[in-house]
Amino acid sequence: MAIHMTGRNGGIGGAGALTAVLAAGLVLAAFAAAALASGKTAGLAVGAAAALHLVLLARALLRPSATPSAATAILLATVVYGAGALALHSRFAAFPGSGLVGLAILHVTVLTAARQWRTLRKAPPSAMIGLAVTFAYAMIAALAPLLAPYPEAAIVGSEYEPWGADFVLGTDNLGRDMLSRLIFATRNTISIAAVATALGFAAGAAAGLLAATIGGWIDTAMGRVVDILMAIPQLIFALLILTIVGTSITSLVLVIAVVDATRVFRLVRAVSMNVLALEFVEAARLRGEGLLWIIRREVLPNITAPLIVEFGIRFCFVFLFISSLSFLGLGIQPPTADWGSMVRENAALIVYGDITPLLPAGAIAVLAVAINLAVDWFLHTSSGLKE
Amino acid sequence: MNTNAGTAPLLEIAGLRVEVTTDDGPREVVHGVDLTLRRGEILGLIGESGAGKSTLGLAALGFARDGSRFSAGSIRFDGQELVGAPERQLRALRGLRVAYVAQSAAASFNPAHNLIDQYAEIPVGRGLKSRRQAQAEAQEMYRTLLLPDPGGIGYRYPHQVSGGQLQRAMIAMAMACQPELIVFDEPTTALDVTTQVEVLTAIKLIVEKFGTAALYITHDLAVVAQMADRIMVLRHGRVVEEGETRRMLSTPREAYTRDLLGLRAAARPAVPAEAGEEPLLRVDNVSAAYGGGFKILHDVSIAVGRRRTVAVVGESGSGKSSLARVITGLLPPSEGRILFDGAPLPPRMRQRSRAHLKRIQMIYQSPDTALNPRQRVNEILMRPLEFYLRLNGRERQERIDRLLEMIELDPGYGQRFPDELSGGEKQRVCIARALAAEPDLIICDEVTSALDQLVAQGILKLLQRLQDELSVSFLFITHDLVTVKAIADEIIVMQNGRVVEQGARETVLAPPHHPYTELLLSSVPQMDPDWLDRLLAARSGATG
Amino acid sequence: MKTILMLIAKRAALGVATLLVVSLILFLGVELLPGDVAQAILGQDASPDNVANLRRELGLDLPPAQRYLDWLGGVLHGDFGRSLATGREISSLIGPRILNTLFLAGFAAAIAVPLALGLGVLAAVYRNSVFDRVVNIGALGSISIPEFFLCYVLILWLSVNLGIFPSISNISADLSLAERAFRTVLPALALTIGVLAYMMRMTRAAITNLLARPYIQMARLKGASPGSVIVRHALPNAFAPIINVVALSLAHLVVGVVVVEVIFVYPGVGQLLVDSVARRDVTVVQSCSLFFALTYVLLNLIADILAIATNPRLLHPR
Repeated sequence: MAIHMTGRNGGIGGAGALTAVLAAGLVLAAFAAAALASGKTAGLAVGAAAALHLVLLARALLRPSATPSAATAILLATVVYGAGALALHSRFAAFPGSGLVGLAILHVTVLTAARQWRTLRKAPPSAMIGLAVTFAYAMIAALAPLLAPYPEAAIVGSEYEPWGADFVLGTDNLGRDMLSRLIFATRNTISIAAVATALGFAAGAAAGLLAATIGGWIDTAMGRVVDILMAIPQLIFALLILTIVGTSITSLVLVIAVVDATRVFRLVRAVSMNVLALEFVEAARLRGEGLLWIIRREVLPNITAPLIVEFGIRFCFVFLFISSLSFLGLGIQPPTADWGSMVRENAALIVYGDITPLLPAGAIAVLAVAINLAVDWFLHTSSGLKE
Repeated sequence: MNTNAGTAPLLEIAGLRVEVTTDDGPREVVHGVDLTLRRGEILGLIGESGAGKSTLGLAALGFARDGSRFSAGSIRFDGQELVGAPERQLRALRGLRVAYVAQSAAASFNPAHNLIDQYAEIPVGRGLKSRRQAQAEAQEMYRTLLLPDPGGIGYRYPHQVSGGQLQRAMIAMAMACQPELIVFDEPTTALDVTTQVEVLTAIKLIVEKFGTAALYITHDLAVVAQMADRIMVLRHGRVVEEGETRRMLSTPREAYTRDLLGLRAAARPAVPAEAGEEPLLRVDNVSAAYGGGFKILHDVSIAVGRRRTVAVVGESGSGKSSLARVITGLLPPSEGRILFDGAPLPPRMRQRSRAHLKRIQMIYQSPDTALNPRQRVNEILMRPLEFYLRLNGRERQERIDRLLEMIELDPGYGQRFPDELSGGEKQRVCIARALAAEPDLIICDEVTSALDQLVAQGILKLLQRLQDELSVSFLFITHDLVTVKAIADEIIVMQNGRVVEQGARETVLAPPHHPYTELLLSSVPQMDPDWLDRLLAARSGATG
Repeated sequence: MKTILMLIAKRAALGVATLLVVSLILFLGVELLPGDVAQAILGQDASPDNVANLRRELGLDLPPAQRYLDWLGGVLHGDFGRSLATGREISSLIGPRILNTLFLAGFAAAIAVPLALGLGVLAAVYRNSVFDRVVNIGALGSISIPEFFLCYVLILWLSVNLGIFPSISNISADLSLAERAFRTVLPALALTIGVLAYMMRMTRAAITNLLARPYIQMARLKGASPGSVIVRHALPNAFAPIINVVALSLAHLVVGVVVVEVIFVYPGVGQLLVDSVARRDVTVVQSCSLFFALTYVLLNLIADILAIATNPRLLHPR
């Protein structure tokens, strides 16, 4: 891979990109070193992740179509983050993995924003707020152990203490700090929801693409299976399976992934069929192109916009779903903090007019609204989106 | 055609400006147009796409599409100002004194009601006629317009009636309250050329019988020559030229008008066949059917020689596109076989080798959907070079540059995405993509049908040049006889899945003809304003 | 006419087939339970003889195919088997609860459907007006709010602070209709709000789509009044999309019942389902799931059939 020393506009592009990569490398190395200090396996894991991160970042910044603005943005972001890490170095040193994930999320967000700057500039304030809030949640989830004043499951006070200096949002029904649990719940719910959505999405999208492109009896057969699965309401299906296999995080993720995959299948198949009907696909087929080429180069690039939208919507449904299941006592089990189960545990307070139990529910609602705002706008402008 | 009766103009548009709201702000699409129409007069509005003719047509009803508005100027109908008039006043005019006939009758009729109810809606709704009266009048109108089964056709639903008949039903509906002005918006553009004659006749009948004034919008100069007393040429929202029909046709003043007129341009001399040479492509007694068992090709046999251009002409349902699909292997024949370069070709595309696939290339009708919007021109052209010719690196780039040169585009075009290209430029890229594979045969499936006429002319010229420079055979599928006359060496006429006539160009175009060929040839509108009248006289004379 | 009847018959047959497959899946769920059903009923300390006897009594030693058919036959006669936890006849447990759940869902639907359709149509007709924007924002909010949040907010406001409605809906068979309705108001309200937003958005989208059709523009060009455009031209073509919306929303409603019943302690099938899942009482879960799946499939079936029956192209074939 040749390194082009000039960006698209020539001049300082390449040097800027190199500086940004170096700066990121420094911060990542610091995290890896901190991880190594705490243990060999942790060190290896974080070190490997850091290396991967650096390679991907370098690839993104140093390829010919990269813009100098992307490099500048990354440099700025890394410097700010690094400064923050330095200021709170004890915390970051204690949780280098979280620091790494936080940096990764920051980099991805900044890169995407730099690339899509022109489209973003035209976004209405509602969409900007939506995106900003979603980003904030992601960072809280990543940096949870650093931000929370108390550990997740530690009993640090008496039950139902009021809001005060020691416990900003009071304590819950067992005497654990509400604020800390809220922060950890953010991490737990979001990461589990992210994994479940990603799994379901990957499976559903792959199946949908294949069914649409191959067609024939494979398409019909898959369609029938999906129809049957969708004939059972999501919640009921999940409850049934969870009764049988028990409520563990793995089974939760798998059940949600399976249920979600059916909906994603339908959507991806529908949009793929729209693209497959266009003549350039027939031109490719007539050339003799194989299945993989057609899916990867002809169909996929033309369905990215609806896919992104669907991912956002699915993610929303999934964490709402997980919260509902946890609320019913059938999702994430205590003592793991989770928004839904927190509402359930503290429900008694409502009778006394205290709104504390509504805080976790509010957290869910705010994130859902934010994602919906961003997705609504994206839907509106997706026709003009280009790399 | 009616001469003007009455003194004051029926429709007077002055300095009209129309603005459209886009994401980047308002954009003007009509820049100060003046238009006058007298009672009983027919004015033809002609222009390419984007000229603003439809917008003007709708303006005659005081209607601005969603997202557009009249930003300046005035529209006076019989002295009444329409710009800024309250909706109630405009509604009182529409359907009653001014009516509209849309391009697509199938889309403009409500699928939930039958034809006669939609006819009667306005007269009955305004209290002008009783339901029974309106229905009787509808049937009479259908008879005037020469619709089959005038008594019963009104009780059918839109999806049960064919395109040409539906278009006439829409004209009948427009006449329901006997308006003083009808706006015809490209009424025959979507129809076959033989059906077009029927609808044009119907329009003439109606307009003459009731003395209605009309705005006739079209992109086809030959059609408008038949219908209009005066012609107005529009381009990019401005009036280019205006005048009485015969004068415009014989002595156009503006260069653009002359370009539009000159479209029936020089024909390339036909290349005579070389005797005894083995044809490049031979289709022997091929029949084919789609899934439901419905046969679309019956015992078709054609041959395409080397370095020849063979045109396949037919209307919708003739099977010409299906023939192309059979040749490329997308539709396996149920009977018969295909021989390429002497050897039989596997019927299914999947069974063919890459070498086979390389030798037959296809260019499609709609350049908008024939190019992957996410690939730059370079990538589009690169793929066949890489795939068939296994070229890489510098050699490949040179080849791409040469291809761009061949299609008359600058090398800079390589970096562009398809949506940064015009329709004509996109079609050129499609041609280059086909040429990149260095094929022996290129199938052109209606490649100029979706383009504006001047752009289509450019593409045809390019293809003619390529025919001379390269040793490629072309199988040119089209419904447009004018194109065929310009570029074909041989002509094959198809109807309902059968080959009706085939042979060298001169032979097929000269009488005696197969009756269908006769019908087809005579239905093509000519620039002569009296053409339609003469045709109708000849046809009714022939039937006694 | 014949084509329509044939299409409807085909769709109905497909619906029945779907139901059978779904019942099979639900049955198989029990089969996959690790361990032995009889053991689960009698507990860990039961003697092997007792377990064997119970197995024979419950018919567990018969081949699975026969047991499935027996179970299916039983279900069709209203015999759902026994609860693993309590040993009671499930039909006696589930019977009254089915009525309760249907009452709650029906109550909510009666409010939600007309309201949502009306608001949706108005929002589509007055697109981009202030009214439309307000309605859209409201809809966005309710879709994002988890069901239980909504319930607790309602309880907080209407029950605790204002003290109008009871926060627990303990209804029983011997209550009068009025009293029953009164105690069901809060849960019905929660359900309504949850479904309202969803249904309203879909209606608005469907009607907006419809109003963009060329024949609507043609109607306006003919000089038809706005009212006439909506009633004569849009509405007859709106049946299919609206039926679709209503059916999907009702299906949504049926599932939303579960959470609401738990919070308000409403004696319906949903509450029974959740309790049984917690106790891993698989046979009860199976039967409750069957009820929900049945309702869901039936609603979708009715929606499809109505869509076929109102399609003008099918009513008047070529």
